[in-house]
Amino acid sequence: MKLASSKSVAADVHIRQRPTLAGRSSREALFWIAPAALVILFIFGYSVVSVLIQSFRYDGDWVGFENFAIVITDPLFLTALKHNGLLLLAVPVLIVLAFTLAITLFETRAGMRFYRSAIFLPYVLPIPVVAVVFGQIYQLHGALNIFLKSVGLDSLAKDWLGDPQIALGTMSSVIIWKEVGFGVILMLAHIISLPNETYEAARIDGAGFWRTHLSITRPAILNTIIFYGVIEAITMVSWVFNYVYVMSNGLGGPGNATMVSELYIYRSAFQNKAPELAAAAAVFLFIATLVLMIAFFRIQRRSIAGTFNR
Amino acid sequence: MQRSKIEATFRYLLLSFVAFTALVPAYIMFSGSFKSQGEFLNSPFGLPKSLNFGGYQSAWTDNFPNWLTNSFLIVTGAVVLTEILAALAAWGFARFPFKGRETILGIMVSLMVVPPVVLLIPLFQLGVELTLISTLRLVILIYVGLMLPFSIYMLTNFFKSIPESILESASIDGASSWRTFRSIVLPLSGAPLATLAVVNLLWAWNELLLALVFLQNNEKKTLMVGITGFQSRYSLDIPTVMAGMSIATLPLVIAYLFGQRFFIAGLTAGSTKGE
Repeated sequence: MKLASSKSVAADVHIRQRPTLAGRSSREALFWIAPAALVILFIFGYSVVSVLIQSFRYDGDWVGFENFAIVITDPLFLTALKHNGLLLLAVPVLIVLAFTLAITLFETRAGMRFYRSAIFLPYVLPIPVVAVVFGQIYQLHGALNIFLKSVGLDSLAKDWLGDPQIALGTMSSVIIWKEVGFGVILMLAHIISLPNETYEAARIDGAGFWRTHLSITRPAILNTIIFYGVIEAITMVSWVFNYVYVMSNGLGGPGNATMVSELYIYRSAFQNKAPELAAAAAVFLFIATLVLMIAFFRIQRRSIAGTFNR
Repeated sequence: MQRSKIEATFRYLLLSFVAFTALVPAYIMFSGSFKSQGEFLNSPFGLPKSLNFGGYQSAWTDNFPNWLTNSFLIVTGAVVLTEILAALAAWGFARFPFKGRETILGIMVSLMVVPPVVLLIPLFQLGVELTLISTLRLVILIYVGLMLPFSIYMLTNFFKSIPESILESASIDGASSWRTFRSIVLPLSGAPLATLAVVNLLWAWNELLLALVFLQNNEKKTLMVGITGFQSRYSLDIPTVMAGMSIATLPLVIAYLFGQRFFIAGLTAGSTKGE
């Protein structure tokens, strides 16, 4: 009886304290969070709002959707969007390559560290450096063609960056070269963290390399594979400026063969001095990224729920 | 037995081919920086016949040392500031439950994918008005802003994983939350803070777009902006271009060799939540 009453008193105190505690706690949280929040509000909040406002104006006047209409009917912007879309085709290539390399590394004992470091190195190198060095390798008389000729494959030698038909493909090969290591590291880290028993049944059954990994590893690390796919999709849509800018000397050439939306925005704003059009194009790009992101959170939430239900 | 041997051979062939492809461009760059123009064009794959430092000499002229200094200043400033602000905010998120916390964190995570080019135009116009173009200050502030969402997210996840019992014993002892943070939480956070520093350092050192727009004065450029212009200026002197590239890469490669563990931990940190 005594025990029960003291318990209920404790509960009572607890209930009564709760609101004040919560109030104090959110005020304290504010104190810790405010400095970072101010910087983020300034950099993101201010910018996104200004871009939105600017995309509806011209020379200080409100022009409705005119800027959007101009941008979306500009063949150059459409070309740029198409190229971003084509670059998305590199994402499945990246996923397959990274997965293959991750499981291969996982099965390898001797020399695994060396191979892992080597495969990851490109991801660390600065994109401007990578772009310049590959620019030299892909020259008409550059290292790649010298190599192809020396092994008798003269017919494969091409003007890799000068031919508008293949320039974008060449560019995406550089992006793949650089980005694949990131996927390998992500997936390998996840595979290593899987519990040992995961593979026991397969080992007893004597399942082969591919069967084991396609039917056990792939579903087990699906979250990570999706995460990587989305990050790379976002990269292809909104983070390829550095490659294109350096490899085409800021022009998106030859012709417009490597024009992408970021470069279009950059050039509209700073070379054509049309910040309103650039703002409208930026809003389009922002929406495209938002769509990718929402898709990502949908998929991720589902897969997280899946792990809890299992 | 036989099958597994063949498989192992295939594995090593594949890995060797990929490792070779991954390393060759870096080799062409480093070896090329010691060659003469003619030697580079004729045998890009060969070892340099003699060590020719001419490329380094011509690369190191005019503004190169300035660019290097600017890169160091910007990266140091931005990384340190981000570390401080992110640690404070993450502690706020991890320690004090308040209404809307999850939503705010969710928005924060989503900010990570906003394309920087969207922020470019308004920030540039503001920079012009405040006459802050070509100042390191503005670029540092923008970098801090861009690095904060991921940094806060990562540290919040870590702080949440600190056992409640450790923190509670401190608050029973009457330690203020500031003292708990400083004398218990921070000392436990060496590895994640180092990881974060390495990831941010990598990003800030390699950033091109914003630096290109905001640092127009030649003396104020960062190394990445500077060497991008190198290519067209020295198009007839590739060893000089390669020497410049080598200098720009060296600090990163050193950081990579010594801090590989942190690189890997940091880059996998974003993907492992909820598992």
